[in-house]
Amino acid sequence: MTSNPSRAAMRRYVWRLVCIMSVYVVALIGGQLAMKAQLFGPQAAIPIALVCGLCIVFTFVIMGRLMIETEDEFMRLLFVRQTLVASGFALSLAAVHGFLSDFDIIAPVDAYWWPVLFFAGQFLGQIANRVQYGTWGALK
Amino acid sequence: MNNRLKVLRAERSWSQQDLADRLGVSRQSVNAIETGRYDPSLPLAFTIADLFGLPIEAIFLRDGDSE
Repeated sequence: MTSNPSRAAMRRYVWRLVCIMSVYVVALIGGQLAMKAQLFGPQAAIPIALVCGLCIVFTFVIMGRLMIETEDEFMRLLFVRQTLVASGFALSLAAVHGFLSDFDIIAPVDAYWWPVLFFAGQFLGQIANRVQYGTWGALK
Repeated sequence: MNNRLKVLRAERSWSQQDLADRLGVSRQSVNAIETGRYDPSLPLAFTIADLFGLPIEAIFLRDGDSE
């Protein structure tokens, strides 16, 4: 019997996510606490903000690595599909919200919420996979 | 596309997980192929054919062809 290399890819994906999210949480919460306590000067806000933003960037990179490293073509299809649903969901809301706020109908929001909606959209993508293909897509 | 994967698997008393392990794919993949929800790529179809020792056309059938 052959081993399932896609399971190894998923394990690497989860491990990478845990690592990058740990850095994100430490940078975000630690940075905010440090700035409130005035442990650093105001110029420290720049690297703290960049570290938080880059953690989100690397999350996208990690998702891309999973797509590349997954050798199970069906699971790759599901993951790509759910990511497309998530992208469509987040970008659609961003576009509609952008025009509504541009016409002063609703208040603007900080742009970092759009990646949050993208990650929420991953769940919508999993629902779409469940409906179409009968599986949520997670490797077990 | 129809296929005889479930029958061939049953003849060998393999579970979906057994077949998935032999093919190096997930059990969900085997289930999706068996139920016709997903048509495998040509390389995977060849792997399946090699595993059962049959030509591809003896496993995968055109829509409308009976098993």
